[in-house]
Amino acid sequence: MRDTTSAAPRTSATPLLQTVGLTKRYGSFLANDKIDLDVWSQQIHALLGENGAGKSTLVKTIYGLVQPSEGELRWEGQTMVLSGPSQARARGIGMVFQHFSLFDNLTVAENVALGLDGKESFREMSARLEQVSRSYGLPLDPKREVWRLSVGERQRIEIVRALMQNPRFLILDEPTAVLTPQEADQLFVVLERLKSEGRAILYISHKLEEVKRLCDTATILRGGKKVSTCNPKAETAASLARMMVGTEIKEVKPAASRKITVPRLVINDLNLEPDDAHGVRLKGISLELRGGEILGIAGVAGNGQDELFAALSGERLASDPGTIVIEGIAAGHLSISRRRKLGAAFVPEERLGHGTAPRMRLSENALLTGHAAGNMVQHGFVNTAATLNAVDRATETFDVRKAKRDPEAASLSGGNLQKFIVGREILRNPAVLVVSQPTWGVDAGAAAVIRQALLDLAAGGAAVLVTSQDLDELIEISDRIAVMFHGHLSASLPTAEASREKLGLLMGGSSLETKEQAHAADT
Amino acid sequence: MELIEAIILSVLAASTPLLLAATGELVAERSGVLNLGVEGMMIVGAACGFGGAWLTGSIIIGALCGMLAGVLMSLLFAAMALGLAVNQVATGLALTIFGVGLSGLIGAGFVGERITPAPHLQIPFVTDIPLIGRILFGEDGFVYLSLALVAAVWWFLYRTRAGLILRACGDNHVSAHALGYPVLKIRMYAVMFGGACAGLAGAYLPLAYTPFFIPGMTAGRGWIALALTVFASWLPGRLVIGAYLFGAVTILQLHAQGAGIGIPSQFMSSLPYLATVIVLVLLSRARTGGSTAPAALGTVFVPDR
Repeated sequence: MRDTTSAAPRTSATPLLQTVGLTKRYGSFLANDKIDLDVWSQQIHALLGENGAGKSTLVKTIYGLVQPSEGELRWEGQTMVLSGPSQARARGIGMVFQHFSLFDNLTVAENVALGLDGKESFREMSARLEQVSRSYGLPLDPKREVWRLSVGERQRIEIVRALMQNPRFLILDEPTAVLTPQEADQLFVVLERLKSEGRAILYISHKLEEVKRLCDTATILRGGKKVSTCNPKAETAASLARMMVGTEIKEVKPAASRKITVPRLVINDLNLEPDDAHGVRLKGISLELRGGEILGIAGVAGNGQDELFAALSGERLASDPGTIVIEGIAAGHLSISRRRKLGAAFVPEERLGHGTAPRMRLSENALLTGHAAGNMVQHGFVNTAATLNAVDRATETFDVRKAKRDPEAASLSGGNLQKFIVGREILRNPAVLVVSQPTWGVDAGAAAVIRQALLDLAAGGAAVLVTSQDLDELIEISDRIAVMFHGHLSASLPTAEASREKLGLLMGGSSLETKEQAHAADT
Repeated sequence: MELIEAIILSVLAASTPLLLAATGELVAERSGVLNLGVEGMMIVGAACGFGGAWLTGSIIIGALCGMLAGVLMSLLFAAMALGLAVNQVATGLALTIFGVGLSGLIGAGFVGERITPAPHLQIPFVTDIPLIGRILFGEDGFVYLSLALVAAVWWFLYRTRAGLILRACGDNHVSAHALGYPVLKIRMYAVMFGGACAGLAGAYLPLAYTPFFIPGMTAGRGWIALALTVFASWLPGRLVIGAYLFGAVTILQLHAQGAGIGIPSQFMSSLPYLATVIVLVLLSRARTGGSTAPAALGTVFVPDR
């Protein structure tokens, strides 16, 4: 183990928080294996690692949600035993969760009250909430119900809730995963201010550039063990990634030259009403995607990406068949299976429940999307050998790791299941592949495999439409990038011209207005 | 005039057990637990309540016996649905079937016995005011208790921190757990409160409504109480309106039969359920987002530690 401890100055004699030989065992599985971590006041300390490296378990232990099997926590050098989060909060430990721990049907103020220990009256608390949110530049309306708020606003509630406890130690679990670049910048300003106020911050993120920019120290976990503590500013993103993964990550290589052929997926002025109250209306979406091309669609979640996917896959039917054209055939009115027969394949965002039936075996899941085209069904009977063969091919080609040949979908880890789903669709050799969030929550190694597969598919002549929240991913693999905002799809930019700033502005909806004004001026 | 007064009095009496049981179920459902065993808890409450009153001669002891029986039944439910994380629907249905059988066994010795029913309020002069006197100031204690209970539950849910925590558990038990609230313990208390209310509602029938016990005397009132919580869209205020509406339907059905009006009684008894379906449709159309039902209602929670 190497320990090139931080270059940042130490602010006190002892770290604010230490974990000493911290171990958490679930049965025979070691989620955390003898982890030593020192976090100092007035520092932002990054916690890095792939999925399953043990980051979440570690911070849950620090927040008192999980009891360690061995080892101990120390607070200012003193041993600390936490029986629950309220004790952690009493010490001055606050946490902002990755998956928001908010209550949709309660108001902002009620949500905040639930995160506090209730020593002040609701009215005093509401007043303090307004004051704290204003002083940190995180505006919130205490009386609004959470379900009415955007993702960014929801995160603000979490942060304000943590700040209301005036914490000395704040844990943030992937806070920027759901934010636009501009929203993330605003968050960094707040974090810098918290640091200057003398607080310690433990910051979990997958975004290495962000960690290099923001953090003073980084601790890297792999497979439940600590690999290293280093100064991220002295490392490169590649060297940090190498420590996280343990091996060199394969560079994703686009084919030297791809032949751009005929239009394979065309959308003509697609308008679609939402089918539920939370949905987004699609407004005049048009695009043309040719064989050999990868088009990326960026945008903050909830701007119509799900609705667009549903319209393309046939989960929702368009009123006019001509609005969606697959391989030259008007398909807006066709069912999912008919579209698959035309050569389209779809990978939805949600792996369990949408991409697969969790309690069914992989072979059965292969059948569910493969029955329309191919030889899996003969004379109305399932050809079990063919379905198992499809599982084996996906397993082999995409290195899907599983305990047995044909397990239930739910038993696979997220990354392996995603590799299976992408593999299942790609091995059908689709002419058009529509894929949503191909590497969401997938570790770096598996993500590289999936991105390479998408590039190879395009190189083979298919048209690929990728929706993703991850700008780096889109920039890495797409030829052109368009942005969804409030149900509109912007014109696509060639990737070479699509800077993060430009895309960020489009994602915030700002340059759309100027474009509309320009249109208005034209006519 | 006499007839209208009589009808209103009987509507109030018929509505009270519905209101009591539904108030308890509302609290349980607000914490995220769907207990379909209301009918079973009520009928056991009726048998034990009558037994207690018959043995001691005290209506109050009878009512307490009914509540205790309801709590014990609800603890059985809690042990299964919360402790062992068994499916709540199946557990609730089993509780009802069990309760119907158990009440027959408990009550076998009391069938045919009579007690003096719960006394009605009697304030000199005030109760004698024509028309409104008896309606407002001449009820039995349970009627006033049920209304006070609804007010107390409203105050608890919306004005206390404990009530906020209970609603939070019903909205998102994962978040509530992550914030450090003991979800299962809170739900157990909510279910026990529901049991006490259902037991009291059941005991009301032989203690005040009819002064004797017959097996199966709840006659589906537990199911109406369940429909009522949905009808009220989990709001205590609407519960009162709904309970009196549903009570009125059951009474009018009797009077309609008596007056020879040719509406089949089966149609009248189905009205509460029909009304619930219509309200559900209207609610889902009127809402633009969020959910009126507690979002975690009926889902099993197993904390990871």
